[in-house]
Amino acid sequence: MPTDQWHLIPLAIALPLSAVLLAILVRRATVYLLLGILLLMSANAVGLTWLVSSQGPKTYYMGGWEPPLGIVLYADGLSALLILMTTIVGFAAGLYALRYFPTKTDDEDATHRKNHFWPLWMFLLAAMSALFLSRDIFNIYITLELMGLAAVSLVALAGEPVALRASMRYLLVSMAGSLFYLVGVALIYANFGVLDLPAIRAVINQSPAAIIALSLMTVGLMMKTALFPFHFWLPPAHANAPTPVSAVLSGLVIKASFYLLVRLWFQGFDIFLTPIIMIIMGAMGAMAILWGAFHALKQERVKLLIAYSTVAQLGYLFLLFPLIKSGEASKLAWSGVFIFVLAHAFAKAALFLAAGNILKAYGHDRISDLGEMNRYIPVTVFAFGLAGLSLVGLPPTGGFIAKWLMIRSAILGEQWWCAVLIAGGGLLAAGYILRVISRAFRTVPDIPRPKPLSPLTEWTALGLALLALGLGFTGVYTLDLLQAGTPEFILNLAGGIP
Amino acid sequence: MLQPSTLYSLTAVVLFCMGCYSLLTYSHLLRKILGVNVMGVGVFMLLIARAYAGEGQQSDPVPQALVLTGIVVAVCATALALNLAVQIEATTHKADLAEDEENNGNAN
Repeated sequence: MPTDQWHLIPLAIALPLSAVLLAILVRRATVYLLLGILLLMSANAVGLTWLVSSQGPKTYYMGGWEPPLGIVLYADGLSALLILMTTIVGFAAGLYALRYFPTKTDDEDATHRKNHFWPLWMFLLAAMSALFLSRDIFNIYITLELMGLAAVSLVALAGEPVALRASMRYLLVSMAGSLFYLVGVALIYANFGVLDLPAIRAVINQSPAAIIALSLMTVGLMMKTALFPFHFWLPPAHANAPTPVSAVLSGLVIKASFYLLVRLWFQGFDIFLTPIIMIIMGAMGAMAILWGAFHALKQERVKLLIAYSTVAQLGYLFLLFPLIKSGEASKLAWSGVFIFVLAHAFAKAALFLAAGNILKAYGHDRISDLGEMNRYIPVTVFAFGLAGLSLVGLPPTGGFIAKWLMIRSAILGEQWWCAVLIAGGGLLAAGYILRVISRAFRTVPDIPRPKPLSPLTEWTALGLALLALGLGFTGVYTLDLLQAGTPEFILNLAGGIP
Repeated sequence: MLQPSTLYSLTAVVLFCMGCYSLLTYSHLLRKILGVNVMGVGVFMLLIARAYAGEGQQSDPVPQALVLTGIVVAVCATALALNLAVQIEATTHKADLAEDEENNGNAN
């Protein structure tokens, strides 16, 4: 059958799901089995990316059942890229977790944590792959919930009261967000009788029910993305989770609900995209950039600083809305924002892993008490610096390419405030990254000698930082790939938004 | 005259708002968790109300399937929430989210 190769699409979900079962059923030596599966997943993601880039987007009917009975999976350049990103970051942070959770220990709590980590981890990756491939708004709800439950449980693994409270708050926000989203789904089904996004696009009209449904779904997803002013749950949850978990939460999980917002607005409900809506979304993004950076500058702990930086960096993603204006500017904005998503995923994961190393070596992550890091943990400091460069947006990193595309789009579309904000946000990021880096080279008289680190934990952080850097050199290929999924809506925008 | 499906839809909206109110205003975790559950019941009721096609008519099976799936998800989420609440109670001896240290914990 000529379509056989497309079985890579369901495999992207089936592989991590099988790993969940393995991790629960076979306790001994599973870690190596799981790493094997992670390797397979990476190969699968690369294969899928290649397929999509050579043959274009593909709709896959599970078991050959067509909608409305069957489950539809849909892969385009965007979903393939995001799955690739998820697998790579999940793999790297998983390697880090090998040393983060001690292999041999008599501590019952630590063993318990390690045993629960792997099934939840693979479950999170499976849920995210499913989410990136879903096109039916109810299936999207299910994948959102699966992802949320796994993420909350992973935060709670840290076990301390602060982490427990943070994960409880995360869970409540996540559940409420999902329910808001589900009311929207119910209204859409009740009024239009369809759940598949392209089918919705065909029948949607400017009725009050559709407007209420879309608003509820948007608010629900914004709560889960932690867009300002719904960001309050994010810093404690991301800062107090176990380090590898912080890395994927900040790097990947919050992007998933942003991705859904983009799919909803641009591929289902684009008739509602008026200039006012675009400006409101952009303004929320702008507030997030300023608020997050301002708080990051004030933080006293490295992990909290990085968590607030995530609040700020999320803001850039929402500049996609005001930047979508006319043909060329829209295409630039689309590519810029998704390269930003990739660059941020690698850089932020690297920063969290580096921060975890600092925490482990020094026994704390209070910025004021750090020193001589370049002598004791040089690889970690280098990783932190490189990832920081990408966050600030200096060439030749991926962060630079992303911001450059976004600024070009802003200038083409004459959205000067966006251009100023993107450039200014980079300066703020430089401010908080330098706060940590400047401590690295400081000589402190009687600092207790830091504990030695496992090389694996240092090199995984550096590996991710190098990916953020490397993205700057593969920009053209990434751009081509993103074209394989740009919604017709954006390509057809010759005359600008009505 | 009020149609049965309209009556149930309105009740669903009231339930959703009541749940939301409880989630936002009470600090005790059990109240919050129950609030989320009542919100969920509201959504399910909305779906079921719209499945009703009239006296003697075949009702739409799709919303019923959606509600069944939704209930499974709600049960799992509630189980996780209750477990977390128990752990919080066990480690801090109080069942709320009040923060006594850093992180401007603007409890929801």
